[in-house]
Amino acid sequence: MADKDKKNLSKYTVDLNMPGAFEGETVTRRRFMNISAQGLGGIAAAAFTLPALGFAIGPVFSREPFEWQIIGKPDDFAEDVYSLRVITLVPNIGDAGLSTAYVRKRWPAVDTEPEDKYNHIIAVTSRCSHLGCPVRWVESASRFLCPCHGGIYNFRGIRIAGPPVRPLNRFYTLIHDGYVYLGPMYSVNFELRRFSNRDPGQSLDGVGQYLYPARFSTSTLPPVTNLPLPPPGIPAG
Amino acid sequence: MPRLPTPPLPKALQPKPKRPGQNGNGNGKLAPAEVAREAGVTVVDWIDERTSLSGGLRWMLFRKVPRGINWFYTLGSATMFAFLNQAVTGVFLAMYYRPEATGGAYESMRYIVDDAFLGQFVRGMHKWGASVMVILIFLHMGRVFFFGAYKYPREMTWIIGVVLLILTLAMSFTGYLLPFDDRAYWATIVGVNINGTAPLLGPYLSDFLRAGPEFGATTLSRFYAIHMLLLPALIIALIGAHLYLVSKLGISAPPWLKPHEEPELDVAEV
Repeated sequence: MADKDKKNLSKYTVDLNMPGAFEGETVTRRRFMNISAQGLGGIAAAAFTLPALGFAIGPVFSREPFEWQIIGKPDDFAEDVYSLRVITLVPNIGDAGLSTAYVRKRWPAVDTEPEDKYNHIIAVTSRCSHLGCPVRWVESASRFLCPCHGGIYNFRGIRIAGPPVRPLNRFYTLIHDGYVYLGPMYSVNFELRRFSNRDPGQSLDGVGQYLYPARFSTSTLPPVTNLPLPPPGIPAG
Repeated sequence: MPRLPTPPLPKALQPKPKRPGQNGNGNGKLAPAEVAREAGVTVVDWIDERTSLSGGLRWMLFRKVPRGINWFYTLGSATMFAFLNQAVTGVFLAMYYRPEATGGAYESMRYIVDDAFLGQFVRGMHKWGASVMVILIFLHMGRVFFFGAYKYPREMTWIIGVVLLILTLAMSFTGYLLPFDDRAYWATIVGVNINGTAPLLGPYLSDFLRAGPEFGATTLSRFYAIHMLLLPALIIALIGAHLYLVSKLGISAPPWLKPHEEPELDVAEV
């Protein structure tokens, strides 16, 4: 019944005998006021909600510049023994920004992945690739052991037991002017193919590399033309 | 057993109805002592006349409940009181706490526990109260589940309750970082990485929680803001909706309660 009445109604306000209607007008003034008041309210709410949301999720899309840092000279490192280095992952936040890296020289008999200028020195992170606990190198076992859930990695940082889903992350390194520079972190799959830095727990083999895409925030390889000079205390070797 | 009769009150203590004009000066105005005595009622009446709050309060507090309700029905209130404890102690902890990763957060916690007057107590209430709230909310959920109280027409109450449970766990997760000792730091690293294992969106969720690819300068203040502003506001709003629905729909009867039947009368043949 109501539908039938509606069907017979003209869309022109003139035909409905509305006071003040003019020829060709289809939107009633009540409807116009409704739409504009609600629209203005929506615009006003969006004007503070959207910037606030963007402000909160902004870090997901921004990339902090990464500085190369000096971790020693090439002769400080041996092929078959790891040296421990304290490195800065996030500057200016004190101890919470520090991390550790296990560093050694590339050993051609063991390291079968292709060599380029970024892996003459091999730097392995201490961050377990299961959930991020700190692994430690145990010399007597020749293994990296994780205290949290029992992840075990071999000399090359490849998982051989426990829950980790990929080998330990590594750092780009560069030998320049007689010093070893340590760059951003990268992730590897079980064939030691390089991927951009992934969080622990994210597999990179098979379908994993598609399930866990690269993030906007991780550092790509920073330019190697403006490496920081060594501090005056360290004599060039 | 025979009871001794209650001894009568002495005449001076027996309540007497007031006589008109007894307390005033005869022109209908009350004496100052009487005005002072009635002050509380006057204030409540003044507010109620303008807000009609008493009707809502009566609707909320003096509603009918089914026969057979028992102590299990108090678990919801207990959870809410645990939340009130968290809210009150949390507000006052915030007066001393500094969310600075670069030395400040941990030191302010040390100050609260070691030096501030009653600081250890208030902090202890907040820390242990958090566990109590999680335990109570699960017990409350178990009561509702096993009594079948989530069924029609109370599904909406159940859904809001589940959201409240998730928000409570989010409170636990964000609050765990704030002491900023080694346990807090590593637990958060592991927790954020567990979040990151969600396919496709996981890596971006981790970046959102940490405010960057690594645990950084603003991670702690981000967790602090979520813990003490965002989640409490949501929880308070949803507790309000939860309580409104409980009042509107009434409490469900325990499942063992049978419909009340009139006892059959013995009809004697005459």
